[in-house]
Amino acid sequence: MEEKCVVQKIRQETKEILEKYPHEKDQLIMILNDVQEKYGYIPKQAQMVISQVLSIPMAEIYGVITFYSRFTLSPKGKYNISICLGTACYVKGSQKLLDRAKERLKIEPGQVTPDGKFSIDDVRCVGACGLAPVFMVNDEVYGNATVKEFDEVIDKYMKE
Amino acid sequence: MKTIQEIEKIRTEKRAELDLRVNTEADTREKHILVCRGTGCTSSKSPKIIETFRKVIEEKGLENVRVIQTGCFGLCAKGPIVIIRPEETFYAHVKPEDCEEIIQSHICEGKKVERLLCKNMDGNFAQKLEELDFYKKQKRIALKNCGLIDPEKIDEYIAFDGYQALQKVLTQMNPDEIIEVISKSGLRGRGGAGFSTGTKWSFTKQAESDQKYVVCNADEGDPGAFMDRSILEGDPHAILEAMTIAGFAIGANQGYIYVRAEYPIAVQRLKIAINQAREYGLLGENILGTGFKFDIDIRLGAGAFVCGEETALLESIEGKRGQPRVKPPYPATCGLFGKPTLINNVETLANITKIILNGADWYASIGTEKSKGTKVFALGGNVNNVGLVEVPMGTTLREIVYDIGGGIPNGRGFKAAQTGGPSGGCIPAEHLDTPIDYESLAQIGSMMGSGGLIVMDDTKCMVNLAKFYLEFTVAESCGKCTPCRIGTKRMLEILEKLCNGEGTEYDIYRLEKLAINIKKASVCGLGQSAPNPVLSTLRYFREEFKEHAIDKKCRTNECKKIAKIEIDSEKCKACGLCQRSCPVEAIEGEAREIRIINQEKCIKCGTCIASCPFKAIG
Amino acid sequence: MEEEFVTLTIDDQPIKVKKGTTILEAAKQAGIDIPTLCFLKEINEVGDCRMCIVEVEGRRGFATSCIQKAEDGMIVRTHTPEVLEARHIILDLILSNHKIECLTCTRSGNCELQKLAEKFNVQKIEFPGEMTKHTIDDKSPSIVRDFNKCILCRRCIATCKNVQEIGAIDCIERGFESCISTTYDNSLNDVDCTFCGQCIEACPTGALHEKENIDDVWTKLKDPDTYVVVQTAPAVRVALGEEFGMPIGTNCKGKMVTALKRMGFDKVFDTNTGADLTIMEEANEFIERVQNGGTLPMITSCSPGWVRFAEKNYGDLLSHLSSCKSPHQMFGAVIKSYFAEKYGIDKNKICTVSIMPCIAKKYECSREEMEVDGVRDVDYVMTTRELARMIKQANLDFAQLEDNDFDNPMGEASGAGAIFGTTGGVMEAAIRTAVDTLEKKNVEEIEYREVRGEKGIKEATLNITGIEIKIAVVSGLANAKKMMEQIKEGKSPYHFIEIMACPGGCVMGGGQPIKDAKTRASVDVRKQRADALYAIDEKSVIRKSHENPIMKQLYDEFFEKPGSHVAHKYLHTKYSAKEKYETE
Repeated sequence: MEEKCVVQKIRQETKEILEKYPHEKDQLIMILNDVQEKYGYIPKQAQMVISQVLSIPMAEIYGVITFYSRFTLSPKGKYNISICLGTACYVKGSQKLLDRAKERLKIEPGQVTPDGKFSIDDVRCVGACGLAPVFMVNDEVYGNATVKEFDEVIDKYMKE
Repeated sequence: MKTIQEIEKIRTEKRAELDLRVNTEADTREKHILVCRGTGCTSSKSPKIIETFRKVIEEKGLENVRVIQTGCFGLCAKGPIVIIRPEETFYAHVKPEDCEEIIQSHICEGKKVERLLCKNMDGNFAQKLEELDFYKKQKRIALKNCGLIDPEKIDEYIAFDGYQALQKVLTQMNPDEIIEVISKSGLRGRGGAGFSTGTKWSFTKQAESDQKYVVCNADEGDPGAFMDRSILEGDPHAILEAMTIAGFAIGANQGYIYVRAEYPIAVQRLKIAINQAREYGLLGENILGTGFKFDIDIRLGAGAFVCGEETALLESIEGKRGQPRVKPPYPATCGLFGKPTLINNVETLANITKIILNGADWYASIGTEKSKGTKVFALGGNVNNVGLVEVPMGTTLREIVYDIGGGIPNGRGFKAAQTGGPSGGCIPAEHLDTPIDYESLAQIGSMMGSGGLIVMDDTKCMVNLAKFYLEFTVAESCGKCTPCRIGTKRMLEILEKLCNGEGTEYDIYRLEKLAINIKKASVCGLGQSAPNPVLSTLRYFREEFKEHAIDKKCRTNECKKIAKIEIDSEKCKACGLCQRSCPVEAIEGEAREIRIINQEKCIKCGTCIASCPFKAIG
Repeated sequence: MEEEFVTLTIDDQPIKVKKGTTILEAAKQAGIDIPTLCFLKEINEVGDCRMCIVEVEGRRGFATSCIQKAEDGMIVRTHTPEVLEARHIILDLILSNHKIECLTCTRSGNCELQKLAEKFNVQKIEFPGEMTKHTIDDKSPSIVRDFNKCILCRRCIATCKNVQEIGAIDCIERGFESCISTTYDNSLNDVDCTFCGQCIEACPTGALHEKENIDDVWTKLKDPDTYVVVQTAPAVRVALGEEFGMPIGTNCKGKMVTALKRMGFDKVFDTNTGADLTIMEEANEFIERVQNGGTLPMITSCSPGWVRFAEKNYGDLLSHLSSCKSPHQMFGAVIKSYFAEKYGIDKNKICTVSIMPCIAKKYECSREEMEVDGVRDVDYVMTTRELARMIKQANLDFAQLEDNDFDNPMGEASGAGAIFGTTGGVMEAAIRTAVDTLEKKNVEEIEYREVRGEKGIKEATLNITGIEIKIAVVSGLANAKKMMEQIKEGKSPYHFIEIMACPGGCVMGGGQPIKDAKTRASVDVRKQRADALYAIDEKSVIRKSHENPIMKQLYDEFFEKPGSHVAHKYLHTKYSAKEKYETE
């Protein structure tokens, strides 16, 4: 019952997003960006609504979602840790941060911890090259980071 | 809707009001506190700084003091940055807690807060912006307004010659004259390949069609490059104005800006700017009452490096997977939705208004024989002054790294500079004095690229670096054509073998053979340039590849599997710092004795190397 | 307008070609072969595989000859050492991520990749490495995907998405991980795939093939207690020979019958007879609909790919579909009822096998509606290709076999039944019978040229007993979609529409011999096979279904009259709207 409600809600909200755009195929990525923003991933139900309204086959939508790294098919953790592997950060040792994150949370980039609390992303340049190496927890940026500082931040969120 | 007269009135009045921004001698009691709201400084809490300044000013009841958010000042390493005008005082690493002191001391008492000033290499404090080493050799054209105006206020843009170029072309020039000026200026595409902008405009103009498009490529994907983002964040109207001029020149009335969704601030500022321009009648129907119609929409990218390639970008705007098209046909004849399309990069466009206003000869007088004007570089990596620099073409790498960039930190030596990101190559020390332009960079096996410039010190392993770039390419390859999809993966596998000490000399031969063929056979620029980091490191650092293959040795110990960290007993002063720094207690020995690293326990993390003040570990 | 020409030089040979000709085509005209892999003329011209690269003087990098247009004064070199090395490396890379099991692959001997490997003298893979791993999708009754053999040429996508406008498959993921798959990587069984099988025809390797039933059929043939009856569709006989080196469009009915008998089938019947029966019912249904105000336009239902498409996409318009089963299903039902009774064979011991040019028929025969009183109409459907494989397994020298006729009774069929195998054939056959029935006389003019030929949508207006009847003949699902949208909008001017899922009809079905890209580019396969069917019709003594004496016998002895209660029980079926995508 509850599940049905969720499905209905997603369908309704996706329709609302679609109303903001002309119903043309070229709007697909804009719409998917909005859906991604809203849910933190792109639910299958949303894809089906988009497929119907824009007359785009589901396989093509799936192809587009899996092509762009910003789009995801499952929700991220409550705290999504993005570690920048852009060149500026890499040269300043961001790989160590990523290794540490994998070690501490026992997940790989793109995965979510079993309790749904953390997820890791390795991202290409968050644009804060002046602060390299950089990692982010959701939207919060931590610059000039060391492994020690990284640990402290993780500890803080683990306690929450 | 505003008339030309109304816009001119805003220009005159606002310019007078903002004179103190550009005139250090301005006769005024007003103070403008400019706070950088570029992505870097915003990340380090500059919005909080703005808020605190405003609160303190209000508390103290100060009049004549305004706090203004601006785009990037360039010297990101010193962020968050605050500049007080008209005196142009440059404060670095400002924290919200410092605001009270800056207001009290600087504004109220007229005493600069010395501890927040920047030190030059000679050890002296720079009293004002122009005294900073970082700015001395720069020439800001594309970045002219960045850090000078509030990017969210169209009037400030108008005050500093904004929309004057548009007014000029719409009222005094015809499309051919515009293209003539752009061609004569010698401007070349700043997105990478360096194709003549005038020629591109001319081709698109010549194409016959009922519909044409202007597309701004703002999908800046090179890791470590953020020139375009800074321009969009700091001076969005300059791009809108240039696109409108381009539209007029080629006969298009619709423009798209394709910008990464990962640039939320830039997207937001563009949205604001577009709305303001529409409100003023600078976009839309009947622009400035001249009957010319042009509008611009934003399209967001969604995280695919390959979309920086122009045909992949078009596919993406059309809502598809960003897979490049085979060229020809070129976008100038068959582009977006199959129509003739002009695609220019952000930095290219940022030069347009200045060329229109100052003339082709002015622009052509800057730079080298074949590369005119300036180039913006995102300077990063192992260099002191990380940030954004704009220099005339022909400036040498040495000037950028040492004079502007302040050299290599921690007393390390320069090993290589990487330009052009994953498409470019490594430039070794022997080419530090090469004047940078399109041709010279290509000649030494690199490329201008979009302008990322990463400096690497002597702790970096070039085989590992090549591997890093290939990892990037493999992750970002669209998968359309065979050489790039499978070939780059195979290159990466060979590099992994080498880094793990499992490679042979034959693998180097295979690597090179593969690289040469991928370069020639791939569909798009990404694949055609993917082997560059490997080919250029092979060209200059072949010895290192051989060491990995034959001796199973990595001289920098970056390649963990074959790393061996040892203490040089000649240099060691037995201070014991390394022992304390080791996270796994692999360093053994008594106090005041030269320590020994237990290779069994050592995890090659490199912490001890960094901890040693005498560079005795490696 | 006068045609423009350009002159270029290819491998030092000057050649003049029409403006707009690709370098590849120009080279072909000059007698120079350039290898291709992803290229499928007019369907997939994307330049992905890079096999066709050539050198063009003055140009950086290689040019993509399958796309790049020839230009005046162009100097092209197709076989320089550099080009050859690059092509070799590209082929090597493709092979490095291809599950190489040629000896046990269905496509061995008819694989474009295998041919290239031979041509390039590939003796070892120079750049081996990690391979992408995919599970084999064999959930559906019709089709198997093994993407470990996929080389990402995307010919299947282009066919599915652009030709058929289905888009059940697309490229997913990116870079090395790219693969061709469905939404959420589901089985083709659970998505909008119609099982038309055109993707198989497009595939250069063994990544796509039909779900084989060869072993099942051999098992039945070995069982002395099972009476195995086989029937063969019209399109099979004009294509089977291709698998044995015969020219396209050879009618090898006689050898085919002999082969089937030699392999041990108890009876070998002709689906054309079933087609005649279908016409009897369908023409009757159409007349009834016209006369009694039934749903119009009526649409044929003998193409199961089309039926699946309609059920998944136009669930509310299914009343337009004729309730007639397809010929082989009707015939299967007849074998297990009338034939079994007449010859005293236990219907439960009969195994019916249909040799079809189609893979959707495999799905069709598994539909729950396709049975009468718990007895399945058809037990196994095999494709033309499977039959060829069986013949090879049986070690028969096909070309040397003597000719034989189908078994009697029910071996006789009209010319109308034969042309069922090509687009327009069902309509022409139905009209021949409907006209005679309505006019109540034997109309001499029986060839309806308007509904023949290659066009995807053909239409004609007939005047029968003063009533104007508008008909349309459609092949390919993209065209079917157009027809259905027209009906949905209430704007369809037609009374009767023939729809076939495969462009060109059954002769080009997804179960037919696979033609490589070069053949498809130079030969009109459809026409040659279709012409062979029209030739059969022309040579037939009986060219109208209702004149087939077997029909009279069937109705007299069993079905009473077309549309009777008994006929409905055995020969008609129902449709139901189906979910386009299975939701878990």
